[in-house]
Amino acid sequence: MTVLPKWADAILIPLLSILISFVISGLVILYLGLNPFEALRLMVTGALGSSYGWGYTLYYTTNFIFTGLCAAIAFHARLFNIGGEGQATLGGLGAALVCLAIPWPHWTLALPAALIGGALFGAAWAFIPAWLQARRGSHIVITTIMFNYIAAALMVYLLVEFLKPEGSMDPATRRFGPGAELPLFSDIFGLVGIPFSSSAPANISFFIALLACLLFWLLVWRTRLGYEIRAYGHSETAAGYAGISPARMIIVAMIVSGALAGCMAINSVMATERLVLNSVEGAGFIGLAVALMGRSHPVGVILAALLFGFLYQGGGELALWANIPRELIILIQGLVILFTGALDNMVRMPLERIFLMIRRPGRQGA
Amino acid sequence: MDFLTLLQVLDTTVRLATPLLFACLAGLVCERAGIFDIGLEGKMLASAFFSAAVAAISGSVWIGLLAGVTASMALAGVHGLASITFRGNQLISGVAINFLASGLTVLIAQDWFGQGGRTPSLSGGARFNEIKLPFADLLSGLPYIGQSYAELFSGHSILVYVGFLTVPLTWWVIFRTRFGLRLRAAGENPEAVDTAGVNVIRLRYTAIAICGLLCGLAGVYLATGLQAGFVKEMSSGRGFIALAALIFAKWRPWYALFSCLLFGFFQALSFRPDVVKAVTSLDVPGQLLDALPYILTVVILAGFVGKAIPPRAGGEPYVKEN
Repeated sequence: MTVLPKWADAILIPLLSILISFVISGLVILYLGLNPFEALRLMVTGALGSSYGWGYTLYYTTNFIFTGLCAAIAFHARLFNIGGEGQATLGGLGAALVCLAIPWPHWTLALPAALIGGALFGAAWAFIPAWLQARRGSHIVITTIMFNYIAAALMVYLLVEFLKPEGSMDPATRRFGPGAELPLFSDIFGLVGIPFSSSAPANISFFIALLACLLFWLLVWRTRLGYEIRAYGHSETAAGYAGISPARMIIVAMIVSGALAGCMAINSVMATERLVLNSVEGAGFIGLAVALMGRSHPVGVILAALLFGFLYQGGGELALWANIPRELIILIQGLVILFTGALDNMVRMPLERIFLMIRRPGRQGA
Repeated sequence: MDFLTLLQVLDTTVRLATPLLFACLAGLVCERAGIFDIGLEGKMLASAFFSAAVAAISGSVWIGLLAGVTASMALAGVHGLASITFRGNQLISGVAINFLASGLTVLIAQDWFGQGGRTPSLSGGARFNEIKLPFADLLSGLPYIGQSYAELFSGHSILVYVGFLTVPLTWWVIFRTRFGLRLRAAGENPEAVDTAGVNVIRLRYTAIAICGLLCGLAGVYLATGLQAGFVKEMSSGRGFIALAALIFAKWRPWYALFSCLLFGFFQALSFRPDVVKAVTSLDVPGQLLDALPYILTVVILAGFVGKAIPPRAGGEPYVKEN
């Protein structure tokens, strides 16, 4: 039985949960000696007050859309893919190798190639835990956590031993070259005469991320495969009776998930024009918060990614002007995950009671 | 490699295994009661910060210990609220706790001390200092046995000894007491425990409190024993290695001791690449040694070396029948 109307479930509960997280964050900011509204003003000015701010906000948003979709597709199959971080790391390696292997003549060729490279590597990194879960029953949460650490160690090893240019101390690859340079927002908007800051990193990947959201929606709600994934996520037994193979669903959902995380590399690696250590910067984990907040729906993911992009850029500004460390974002991220994910029922239970009381006046609820 | 180098590596192993051991036993108690906890890392980190911070302010490591354990238990309480009372997803709650700890510790550290997210370094009574066991000096001249006694067994902080004693204690509580039997039953078949008239909710909260206490000790040792003060992200994945050790140990206390020592040994080796090179005459990359606990865990989980079967009702919130 569903007590809540659909809109309350999809919009009201997440909004209330976010409100609670923000109130707590505000109290923490107050404790740190800053007026929360002043902090909010600083963040809004820094993140949304200029095309430079927007350029960074949307750059981060692009990352979070990809990792958000990565977590979301896994959630649809009731899998908890905490390995987005490692998959995006490997995706970065794939995209970087593609960019380094060939002196690309033009970005229109380099971009699809890097996208495929990133997606393949990300998918491969997700495939191993998926296979282990499907065939050997090893818990995917633990294995994907382990794979995050293995990916980090592997990345240090490869960068230090093989990929960094001779004589360089910095563990990073050489620059990819002019043929792999992606058009920035300043280039794109310049075509139609809108001035946009050219020092902000937002680039064409943002539109690819939006396209990925559309494809995600089509896949999940308009194809047979998407139906099977959702059916499996709702009930493994029912899906089994309908002839849907659980092992196949786990593997397919995780491959798509890993590929989406890997696609992030076009933004985080290709747009920065070289592969550095820790290019993912925690975006894989933020994806979990984004997917939970966005209720695993592409529109929700876009909105949540935008919110986190704003928090990320605004938090950086706050660190610059108000002596509040960037870690504030990690705290907010933790609160959002806690309230929209784990403490969902804390908001839901009283809300259900209220709705019951409205529906049946005079009778006590549940 | 001479005997003294071996002793040094083993000595480091013991030191590095101690926080793993506390966290691993914490996870053991919790998961045996049916609550998955991937927030060990966060609890450890919170405890490390609050113990170091309060020890730095008060000058007493014991007050620091109290503060660290309290912080860890408070986070454990959040986990209990989310996963027991509100029947939320235990994994998501654990992830959230890790982020909360990682963010809060740096924010508060910067606010209190203004040193870029660290505490001042601790010395004297604000740290757990090394304890010399009786006759250590006298026996250190004796080759092998005496040397081992002086170098390996003597000269650790009190928490190391407490950690190793917690192993038999945990074994005894889990396998030899009525409470332990009920705890294990709550993790395997909570309905049966309920039918017998025992309160599953209270049992699980008790387990989570013990988990918070032990994670707290892990963090306290990290910041006031192993190192002298808190630095950003100082737990550096130990909570997850402990989780790996727990699976490796198949949720059993004595095996946990063995697996924590093994993983501690790998960590000790990654500090001594020269030793690894001298013994194996291979140039083993340090990153491989870093990643070895994780790789081993995946291999174990894959069931290639024995099968690890978690408690049956693990991860499931218990809903009492009406």
